[in-house]
Amino acid sequence: MSFWEFANPRKFMAWTAPVLPWVSALAALALSVGLVWGFFFTPNDFRQGATVKIIYLHVPAAMMAINAWVMMLVASLIWLVRRHHVSALAARAAAPVGLVFTAMALLTGAIWGQPTWGTWWVWDPRLTSFFILFLFYLGYVALWQAIEDPDTAADLTSVLCLVGSVFAVLSRYAALFWNQGLHQGASLSLDKEENVADVFYIPLLFAIAGFVLVFVALVLVRTRTEIRARRLHALAMRERMANA
Amino acid sequence: MIALLMRDLTLAVRAGGGFGLAVAFFLIVTSLVAFGVGPRLDLLARIAGGVLLVGALLATLLSLDRIFATDREDGSLDLLATSPIPLEAVVLAKAGAHWLTTGLPLTLAAPAFGILLNLPPAGYFWVSLALLVGTPALSLIGAFGAALTVGLRRGGLLLSLLVLPLYVPTLLFAAEVVRRGIEQQPTAVPLLLLAGITTGALALLPFAASAALRVNLR
Repeated sequence: MSFWEFANPRKFMAWTAPVLPWVSALAALALSVGLVWGFFFTPNDFRQGATVKIIYLHVPAAMMAINAWVMMLVASLIWLVRRHHVSALAARAAAPVGLVFTAMALLTGAIWGQPTWGTWWVWDPRLTSFFILFLFYLGYVALWQAIEDPDTAADLTSVLCLVGSVFAVLSRYAALFWNQGLHQGASLSLDKEENVADVFYIPLLFAIAGFVLVFVALVLVRTRTEIRARRLHALAMRERMANA
Repeated sequence: MIALLMRDLTLAVRAGGGFGLAVAFFLIVTSLVAFGVGPRLDLLARIAGGVLLVGALLATLLSLDRIFATDREDGSLDLLATSPIPLEAVVLAKAGAHWLTTGLPLTLAAPAFGILLNLPPAGYFWVSLALLVGTPALSLIGAFGAALTVGLRRGGLLLSLLVLPLYVPTLLFAAEVVRRGIEQQPTAVPLLLLAGITTGALALLPFAASAALRVNLR
């Protein structure tokens, strides 16, 4: 069984149909464990008080916002190189989900920043680059919607995704250069002794797992919808050809 | 390729407003900022560099959709695509013509408009230099955006939505050059990074743009 078998829409549909309910259920489970544990059964931070608990939404949303773009990049590359339609449709399906995650990260950050930093928004490098990522998502989604022919749209958005990725990384480092940061360092990194304290860490892992699973479930649902829409379109075309 | 460049330049000049329009728009944007924030010279002096850069960027945006759209309408883009010179070179020539008709005039006009905004004396040289180094990147990125949206009937608004985020790094580095220049700090690092963006765009974006054009001409 090779990964490339999913390039066949029929196999993709057959394989994802039984998997989807499990992924959705696991996503719901992990999210509720992470969020309920995080919100109600962790102590308040001694300086930040209860506001610290927004970390269970903010950090996973921010992680998934970037990961969704990376997934779109990989899917676009696969489409450009191997011309598998499922891949292009998956990239299309992931974009609005990533857009919402980016908006969530920005909003929760603003809500947390107001009491803690004393301002809703600062032009900190991280905030700035996330804002730019948000604009990239908007442009990508808008380009998909503007072009009628699905294959042309897939090609053009893939090229945009590749070029956009380069410029998104450039913007990240340009923003670092341009202004000093107010945002704290990474909450989770493998190479550091000090991360988030353990009490907060384990529910955070659940929340992250929940967000990953939600993303997978949503992308699967949306890709399946796209495939069905394509089939419907093809059927309608055939019907019209037969009647003509 | 040179013939194509000359053709585009002639078209831009003879069609009217090729040189003039972008510069006039730039002038209006800079004066509108002065109207908007008020006539206080100390405040204007602080924001002058950034306003000039943003104004030049917006003026570049104005004429982007004409890079390929008019040629596609009269069919000459199809001829260019089947001509012996590679499509990448066509993109390069067209981006070059766009730069010569917008980027270069804007660079030359920027110091004059700096007077309106009370730009500090040290800033004139740095604004011109940052624009000179940065505007080719703006034209190239714009050519890529124009190639993406050439097949759309109302691509103008979408074009700005696609291109403006791509302009961010160029603007950030150019603004940093001007800020440091005015504050008498060393400017070599942001200037080199800006030049890096321009040369990188020069090397890579013609390929991306011609890939998009080929899809649109299919």
